[in-house]
Amino acid sequence: MKEIVVSMQHISKDFSGVKVLKDVSLNIYKGSVMALVGENGAGKSTLMKILTGVYLKTQGEIFLDNESVNFPDTRASQSKGIAIIHQELNLVKDLSIGENIFLGREPVSSGRIMWNKLHEDAGYWLGKLGLKEDPRELVKNISVGKQQLVEIAKALSIDAKVIIMDEPTGALTPAETDKLFDVIKDLKESGKSIVYISHRLHEIFEICDDVTVLRDGELIGEKSIESLDEDKIIEMMVGRKLSEQYPRIESEPGEEILKVENLSNQFVKEVSFSLKRGETLGVAGLMGSERTELMRSIYGIYPAKGSVYLNGEKVKINSPLDSLRYGIAYVTEDRKANGIITGMNVRENITLSSLELFKGPLGFISKGKEEISSKEYIEKMSIKTSGTKQQLRFLSGGNQQKVSIAKSLMTNPKILILDEPTRGVDVGAKKEIYDLINKFKSEGMSIIMVSSDIPEVLGISDRIMVMHEGRVSGFLNRDEATQESIMTLAVGKDVI
Amino acid sequence: MNNVKKILKNKPLIVLIAASVAIALLNPRFLSWSNILTVLRQTSINAVIATGMTFAILIGGIDLSVGSVLGLCGAIAATMVSSGTNVVLAVLTVLVLGTAIGYFNGTLITAGGLQPFIATLGTVTLLRGAILVFTQGRPISTGNTAASEHFSEIGTGFLGPIPIPVYIMLLVFIVAYYILNHTRIGRYIYATGSNEEATMYSGIKTARVKRFVYAVSGMMAALAGILLTARLGSAQPTAGAGYELDAIAAVVLGGTSMAGGIGTIGGTAIGALIIGVLNNALNLMKVSSYYQDVAKGIVILIAVLLDRKQKSSR
Repeated sequence: MKEIVVSMQHISKDFSGVKVLKDVSLNIYKGSVMALVGENGAGKSTLMKILTGVYLKTQGEIFLDNESVNFPDTRASQSKGIAIIHQELNLVKDLSIGENIFLGREPVSSGRIMWNKLHEDAGYWLGKLGLKEDPRELVKNISVGKQQLVEIAKALSIDAKVIIMDEPTGALTPAETDKLFDVIKDLKESGKSIVYISHRLHEIFEICDDVTVLRDGELIGEKSIESLDEDKIIEMMVGRKLSEQYPRIESEPGEEILKVENLSNQFVKEVSFSLKRGETLGVAGLMGSERTELMRSIYGIYPAKGSVYLNGEKVKINSPLDSLRYGIAYVTEDRKANGIITGMNVRENITLSSLELFKGPLGFISKGKEEISSKEYIEKMSIKTSGTKQQLRFLSGGNQQKVSIAKSLMTNPKILILDEPTRGVDVGAKKEIYDLINKFKSEGMSIIMVSSDIPEVLGISDRIMVMHEGRVSGFLNRDEATQESIMTLAVGKDVI
Repeated sequence: MNNVKKILKNKPLIVLIAASVAIALLNPRFLSWSNILTVLRQTSINAVIATGMTFAILIGGIDLSVGSVLGLCGAIAATMVSSGTNVVLAVLTVLVLGTAIGYFNGTLITAGGLQPFIATLGTVTLLRGAILVFTQGRPISTGNTAASEHFSEIGTGFLGPIPIPVYIMLLVFIVAYYILNHTRIGRYIYATGSNEEATMYSGIKTARVKRFVYAVSGMMAALAGILLTARLGSAQPTAGAGYELDAIAAVVLGGTSMAGGIGTIGGTAIGALIIGVLNNALNLMKVSSYYQDVAKGIVILIAVLLDRKQKSSR
């Protein structure tokens, strides 16, 4: 029988009435690695944020060494020996390795930092991990893999019993990954406990002892790794029914309109695909599959090598302006950052990409025409707003999203790229957006829909492209696509 | 009723009216026709610079080089007219030069990737040096050729009862208002200042928008240089030093956000008038010039604080 270090029991969490965790339990065993897996949005991060005191739980109890504990903030969980290493490392790049390890806990003697002691101690912890770096070296000068080890050294130096690693290998080279796994095995030997969050199932089979699977904020099960294979884990991660939420309409796709050949840059590698008139191509993949980066490369935000053909003609797209002129519009996944302008009103947002349509005398904007046209789109897309002069910040997420789509639509695109079109949008508005997609499709527009929501991809797409780490790992026709087949391609099972 | 509410909401306007009433009560001469014209004429130079500055601040930038552009352009205009060059040619040359310097600033910021503060700070030093080289550190008189007669009209002349610089100021306000509110580039300026990334994603070349904005700012500074030199009849090598600060103060007093995206030309006009009225009042009341800046600074800070308080409490 394994000894339990941390036991989270019946944890629930609401965010303003929305349940994101429902009665979830998680055990962390001494000297053992627990994998925590699930699709994007399954509740893994929320659960870990509760354990580390970032969020407060709504219900449930946490036991540490069989004692009930409460973590009101991150400091409280740290002092009990729980450390987390985030995917995007929390190091101060312009400080030395030693300074980072002891940040906020510098050894002090009569008000002066004892630099020699600090760096000596840092050296001790680095040595434990087999890292030969000078503790005085600045963090920005060492590789990401080594930065990861510095984070682990930091965790060890606060005498962490439990170390949570969130997608630790995301930015590592294979050699660095092997090194990390050696370190994890050593940590296990010395009695530390690890929670390992990863989408890469083969890694889980390499170093984890147990697996806990979450789906839609619920616990699906805890199993020992011996009792599982990749297919079983995938089945546990997905496996839910498609509801009537997705009103896909059948259509006969026309001739090929877009062809992308061998597109490569710092994000994507040799991506090729094609798109037909009146077709909805779903693009699935996990975090780090670079789907968004691919779409932005096509849209002219990131330069890329390779060829793009429109109606059989080769085109060169160097900027969003070029792309819009060719009839390719992109609706971003990050509305606030680069989709809408919250300080401007509905009308100004909708017409921003197409102001040349409203040319009046002396080069002035004809506000009358602009007003009529934006009203038309508000109606067409049933945007709920008090009027065209309403500032966008006062609209709900779903309506902001519709404004963002309307802006692209007004440029009269032949190809509409929708990147996570239903993210941060409530259920009712989601359905409305699906209906719009179908409407565009029936009008002959071609649609590329990037989504992390697999049921959505299955429900709306005519064809599905799955990506894994910047490459296309496969295409699935509508009739052969299942959650399992998508997930299998998304974790890169066949491409390893 | 609605209009009254609108006015009450306009904090800068209320500050201007309150300050004017208070000053008029203290010194009735403030409201005399000739004094009002003096205030307007004195305000015109700062108002023109502040209009260009409004463009720069609206895109979330700043242009510290306006004072030195004014100095250099004034010196070149003075040299040209004193040697008898046609006034129109001199004015156009100087305006083109100011625009080019502004465009250069914009290029440093967009292509060079410099912070606007740093880029234009560098230009200040460069231009101040250029002025000293050009003038040899001595004032340049506009001379007494036929051209210089015409030239000084720009700064000292009247059209009917109103001084010519006041017409120029009004013209600048109107054109700027139309550009910002009724043209594509105006819309793009607000959009870039509010969310540059989203604007770029919408298919707008934001770098072009920025270069346009700094070019406008440079052109306005050159125009101010013409007004000042024409008014004084000579170009001082130190002319314009510190003018960027009054211009920024006018813009901010007018309610424009330093973060970009929010602000109006009307606000800037009022802001410039507040500073003009304040300068005038301090002179009327014979406050020592040492204390004038102290008083001005205090009033500016109070006005801006009042404005921010209101905005954050909504």
